[in-house]
Amino acid sequence: MTINPDLQGRSYPAAEVYDVGREKIREFARAVKATHPAHFDVEAAKALGHKDLVAPPTFAIIIAQRADAQLIEDPDAGIDFSRVVHADQRFIHHRPIFAGDRLVAELHVDGVRAMGGGAMITTRQEIFALTDGGNGSREAVATTTSSILVRGEGQ
Amino acid sequence: MSPSFHELSAGQDIGSRTIEVTRTDLVKYAGASGDFNPIHWNEAFATGVELPGVIAHGMFTMGAAVQLVTDWAGDPAAVVDFQTRFTKPVLVTDTTGTTDAGATIEVSGAIGKLDADAGTARVDLTVVAAGQKVLMKAQAVVRLS
Repeated sequence: MTINPDLQGRSYPAAEVYDVGREKIREFARAVKATHPAHFDVEAAKALGHKDLVAPPTFAIIIAQRADAQLIEDPDAGIDFSRVVHADQRFIHHRPIFAGDRLVAELHVDGVRAMGGGAMITTRQEIFALTDGGNGSREAVATTTSSILVRGEGQ
Repeated sequence: MSPSFHELSAGQDIGSRTIEVTRTDLVKYAGASGDFNPIHWNEAFATGVELPGVIAHGMFTMGAAVQLVTDWAGDPAAVVDFQTRFTKPVLVTDTTGTTDAGATIEVSGAIGKLDADAGTARVDLTVVAAGQKVLMKAQAVVRLS
């Protein structure tokens, strides 16, 4: 299986909306062994000046990987998910993610580079919150970038 | 209590944390994150794709490691930038039915750089499992008052 080199520069527009729920923030926080009360207790979050529960710093990976799935599951991409290893990851938060946010992500394929029999693919997800206007207005929340190594045979 | 920017200096230690990991933790992380790649929960599958065994999600390790920083900062919203490279897999042995950990991750942090104009501190994390650094360039930028 070979990776399609034409992937570089491809973009996928924002698709489904991700509704950030309080219980999901609590579940994710427990899963990364976080104990800060701002993830669990609305009053504790408000005491720090936040409007609702604050998501852990890596919570955006849920939205980012959903966006990435559009690429990984695209038969035209030629990616074998079982041979995917995460190489690097970055989260830039323009503002924190809160319970109640309605998020969308645009996916950009920034780089595709052959490595041995496999390939390193760098993607960027621009995550926005839909604002109350309901007229398509949105606010930048996070920029996430990740590189995945799709291992070739014997790698 | 949040640390004050003017009391910090580069090289200063922010503490350390030990994270014990079991296969159950990986199943929980899979469910919470939506990353169900079987290399993180199925031994036969993992060895079948030439891995040494079941490995932790890189994002589990990254997400658990940053707790040292959020607890130090006093507010998880203070972490404005967080990045790492995943250099070695964390092998998690099957200890199901016992109270033993399947892997132990040691996290320690120090102030790498201060930016007075932005009011931010970069915390550099050292993350080690089985005697090897599993994350490289693990850096969290924290906004402080």
